[in-house]
Amino acid sequence: MRTILSIAIDALAFGMVLFIICIGLSLTMGLMRVVNLAHGAFAMIAGYIASYAARDLGLGYAAAIFLAITGTIVISIPLERFLYRRIYGSSELTQVLMTIGLTFCVIGITNYFMGPTLKTIPLPQALSQPVDVGFRTIAAHRLFVIACGAAVAVGLWYLIERTSFGIKLRATVDNSAMSDALGVRTQVVYAISFAIAIGLAALGGVVGAEFLPIEPYYALRYMVTFLVVVSVGGAGSIPGALIACLVLGLVDTTGRYLMPDFGNFFFYAAVILIVCLFPRGFLGRAQ
Amino acid sequence: MHIMAQAGTVSAMSKAKSHHWWRDVAGIALIAAFGAAGYWLFPDNLALLTRIVAVALLVLSIDLVVGYCGVATLGQAALFGAGAYAAGIACVNGVTEPMTLIAIGAVAGAAAGLLMGGIMLRAHGLAQLVLSIAIVQLFHEAANKASAYTGGSDGLAGLMVSPLFGVFEFDLWGRTAYLMGLTLLLLVFIALKFVVASPFGMLCRGIKQDPVRIRAMGSFVFPVLLKMFVISGAVAGAGGALAAISTQVVGLDSVSFELSANALVMLVLGGLGTLYGALIGTVIFMGFEHMVSAINPFHWMTMVGALLIAVVLAAPGGLSSLVERISASRGGKS
Repeated sequence: MRTILSIAIDALAFGMVLFIICIGLSLTMGLMRVVNLAHGAFAMIAGYIASYAARDLGLGYAAAIFLAITGTIVISIPLERFLYRRIYGSSELTQVLMTIGLTFCVIGITNYFMGPTLKTIPLPQALSQPVDVGFRTIAAHRLFVIACGAAVAVGLWYLIERTSFGIKLRATVDNSAMSDALGVRTQVVYAISFAIAIGLAALGGVVGAEFLPIEPYYALRYMVTFLVVVSVGGAGSIPGALIACLVLGLVDTTGRYLMPDFGNFFFYAAVILIVCLFPRGFLGRAQ
Repeated sequence: MHIMAQAGTVSAMSKAKSHHWWRDVAGIALIAAFGAAGYWLFPDNLALLTRIVAVALLVLSIDLVVGYCGVATLGQAALFGAGAYAAGIACVNGVTEPMTLIAIGAVAGAAAGLLMGGIMLRAHGLAQLVLSIAIVQLFHEAANKASAYTGGSDGLAGLMVSPLFGVFEFDLWGRTAYLMGLTLLLLVFIALKFVVASPFGMLCRGIKQDPVRIRAMGSFVFPVLLKMFVISGAVAGAGGALAAISTQVVGLDSVSFELSANALVMLVLGGLGTLYGALIGTVIFMGFEHMVSAINPFHWMTMVGALLIAVVLAAPGGLSSLVERISASRGGKS
């Protein structure tokens, strides 16, 4: 019982980390139709900024998160303007290749400036100690991550379904030429949604550093994981991504707890099974 | 035999082919000349050159699937690794004749290609790409786990290959391995030239352009693509076996996502959908990698990344199309 509960908490927290990072990718892929393999690279940049702010500048955790998100978005704006805008609407292979190239560049440049070592982001006192929830204690950081994930899910749902920006975004996705003609500034809508996606990647990279440690090859190592999660969930669907993250988080964590020798085996076996059963992901739209 | 049965559908090709047969002969002679030049110019780097030849086979096999069939894959190293491990395991268990080992590698690659194609071709677009990644990761885990046969993360070492034809020993400088690899590459290249120019190859290109229309014409899409997958698996497996024979060790990196991605980058650098592009891309990529990564591996990543972005944005057809475009514009002027 004890093991089951600790597996469940870890799986939930890990799934939420995946969700915070992947939902941004799901948005770019589902709404903007860009397969952005460099998504993890932005999470990595955020991790490095947060680590630098917290360890070298001595700022607090909240300030480090804020700085990391702002910094990453600032870096991403010229990239969106000059690189991504050229591959909107290109074939998947073109997008995959350009974003892999971008990932390589980010890895090379980051290591040139920050050195090839593993970076840690020190947790504040309040998050590093266990919390008593009545029947047992849970690491506060796990709870914090789960809360972040839930907040992101609700916030995004509200933004897309209930605000005027959400309406413009959905209109642009459905028919960009028509919404352009109706006065929606589609370039601006794309730029803002790209920035939101990158901001979420940054948030996930920082709060998830306990699960996915920040290191030089972060962008490449988890690139596949993120892409897989999104396609399992169905690109562009928030509930789909949530289900995919929780299912895959559960499969992965359970596999690691019970049969640590088999590494990623269960994760990818589950992926093949799910993709064969649901070719568009759990809740993907028909194309 | 089945290939011949489809001959009627695309008969115009034979006419076009007869026009350009001398170009192909010249191209193949050029490859042989470059290979021989490498042998004489870099006698100390034959191990690297052999590695380039092995990876060139892998890149050719990706070209068959991606460039001719339009099936995007990031998992081709699974087939390369299948060939490498099959040859390696056979060699450790007493089959040491090099040509037999290559054949074993090709058969294993073809079998893996059949499996991979059977799974991948069920999906389309992004799901297909993700399946290819998941398959190569599963192969990687399997090779890691079955350490009794594959040596796990330590790699499969101790391959003692007997002399080629009983005469040419595999020496320390890798002369035999290189010349054997080069001959293999030329033979495969010539065979693939026939394959892609055959009605079957034309059918594959047709499917790449418009699968719905090909289906409407009365062809079955799935078996044609699966056949190409098997051919591509055989080529990749032969490359893997060559790598195993020449280095006498099979590592886990031969079934890695990184190798698949790098090989795809090489192909795109050279140009999709032309067999020459695959070779040009491999030679340029690996040559530069050898030079730059000796200085600092991270500079190398930055450079490859920048190069990749530049190729995608400026020359979508790869370097070989750039050459063609330049020669075409010159031809127009004169």
